[in-house]
Amino acid sequence: MLEDGMASGNHAPPDKDAVLSVRNISMHFPIYKGVIRRQVGSIKALDDVSFDIKRGQTLGLVGESGCGKSTTGRVIMRLYEPTTGQVYFDGVDITALHGSELRDMRPRMQMIFQDPQACLNPRMTVGSIIAEPLEEHGRVRGAAKQARVQELLDAVGLNPKFADRYPHEFSGGQRQRIGIARALALDPDLIVCDEPIAALDVSIQAQVINLLEELQDRLGLTYLFISHDLSMVRHFADHVAVMYLGKIAELAPVDELFSSPKHPYTQALLSAVPIPDPEIEVQRERILLTGDVPGAANPPEGCRFCTRCPIAVAKCNEVMPTWRQLGRGHHVACHFAE
Amino acid sequence: MESGINNNKPVLEVSDLQTVFRTRETNIYAVNGVSFSLKPGELLGVVGESGSGKSVTMMALMKLLPMPPAQIVSGTAKLDGRDLLQLGPEELRAIRGGDIGFIFQDPMTSLNPVFTVGYQLIEPLREHLGLAKKAARARAIELLELVGIPKAAERINDYPHQFSGGMRQRVMIAIALACDPKVLIADEPTTALDVTIQAQIVELIKRLRQELGMAIVWITHDLGVVAGIADRVMVMYAGSVVERATVNELYSNPKHPYTQALLETLPSLSGERDEKLTSIGGQPPLMTAFPKACPFAPRCRYVTDRCLGENPALLPVSDGHDAACWLVAAEEREPADA
Repeated sequence: MLEDGMASGNHAPPDKDAVLSVRNISMHFPIYKGVIRRQVGSIKALDDVSFDIKRGQTLGLVGESGCGKSTTGRVIMRLYEPTTGQVYFDGVDITALHGSELRDMRPRMQMIFQDPQACLNPRMTVGSIIAEPLEEHGRVRGAAKQARVQELLDAVGLNPKFADRYPHEFSGGQRQRIGIARALALDPDLIVCDEPIAALDVSIQAQVINLLEELQDRLGLTYLFISHDLSMVRHFADHVAVMYLGKIAELAPVDELFSSPKHPYTQALLSAVPIPDPEIEVQRERILLTGDVPGAANPPEGCRFCTRCPIAVAKCNEVMPTWRQLGRGHHVACHFAE
Repeated sequence: MESGINNNKPVLEVSDLQTVFRTRETNIYAVNGVSFSLKPGELLGVVGESGSGKSVTMMALMKLLPMPPAQIVSGTAKLDGRDLLQLGPEELRAIRGGDIGFIFQDPMTSLNPVFTVGYQLIEPLREHLGLAKKAARARAIELLELVGIPKAAERINDYPHQFSGGMRQRVMIAIALACDPKVLIADEPTTALDVTIQAQIVELIKRLRQELGMAIVWITHDLGVVAGIADRVMVMYAGSVVERATVNELYSNPKHPYTQALLETLPSLSGERDEKLTSIGGQPPLMTAFPKACPFAPRCRYVTDRCLGENPALLPVSDGHDAACWLVAAEEREPADA
């Protein structure tokens, strides 16, 4: 995925095979205080994040709440204006686009949200929800539009007759399917899935994941799959990036990351995931992290993980580790990872 | 299982609990004849999807549901031989927070934001144990230390918003433990937390259980968490208990098709990655009528005519293991089938 030696701060050109290349993006949200609303600091939600996703592949983005996963997704969609850095979509830097140029790019990247209840307008029928992007971008009209809506409903496994119903008549899993149908309406290349299964029950999660996989095979979609569910990411993703406090700690092909994690945070994260087998659970040695994630307004100067890292030394508090390559496609930001 | 002293007399015994929510439009049969018992020092995991009646069962036996619309139609819930469902409001007040402690899912909404953590901890101590102010305060600090809050003596004067999510859940645990309850009911205590924090809380509960020896009911939808912590597991579906067994037995020899399917849908964290996830088709039933057929029948792969006409009771599989499925009855008749 990442070119060899693409260390932090290195402005490597976007990868040719990649649909999406993110280069050194930082996102700082200002904090205002006092009567005159003076800026007193900033929340460093993202700091120097870079990665690529190749066409037809899935990058899993994992990390705990507040680590910047969703912000990354929103910056890529240009819902946020990044403080610094570039997002190349098919070789075009979309952070430099404005107005109609950006609008022309929009149909090619879509998003699926976490809460299927909140992301569907309760006053619109399912048909009009799915048709909205088609109307907005003036693709099809009249009977062709209706036919497209039916086709999309069918593609996500819903009865095409449901087009006249309202979102509240559907269950959580079905609503998520409606959200997916809407995202597919404009034939996108890239779909950012922001925790698409977090709000669903276990038995429904598998249905939605299978649907996403099937659509990827059929339509050649590229996914950025944001999730905190590591076992689901292992099943679904081709590459995985582990984020901690606004930075990527480790990025590797999925099997590699789960079989030989290098960053102490990844190791701790994996060991914290409960395994549904009591016999394994009894014998498991947990790496128990102490304390909580520090605030993003005032992150540690050196390695972001140094306050909770079991192997941290004085150097970690002062020097930010560089982004190193350890194996094929395996990158890590830690002074000690071998 | 172990032949301890007095170990076989359950501290909490619920039998045939049935709760209905009566609204103007429909009746929702949320809990349909749930029975279980809890021995001293035992940890019972209650697993099920949302809407399966896990929380309502526990709320009903403490009469914490708003009545109306909720109505407890039948059943008994005996705490040391006293039926909680027959007690008046004053007697119940003495038991809630005294003999039975509660931990809720969301530590933010279950703590009162306008009172300090200390105040909320001291309140039950004075109310239930009749401690003087000074003694209660000393005990409160002790409790905060017990649940692993650093600098407890200083932090006791802080407000809930000054704590992180994991720390708030620790405060909730401290409050629940304040009066040395016989039974602790933990309703999805780690669902709102990150995995690394979840691991901390699980370890904390394990330690406290050894030190204090109370019985715990742990409600969750996460089969992984239960595998690591429970002694016995009860699986619920659509307001009924479908299977009960010891933790090892349930995971190694699940008998109810729902339990089996639930275990199969989970992607694993190691080993070969499956091409496709096994999913359970369909959706949970609406529960607008008392179940006359097996509630899982429409989604079950082994469904027979009998399942659609007759709801199976819990049938014994082996010692301490029973499942509500006609297959169990069939297997008993022809044991060669296994």
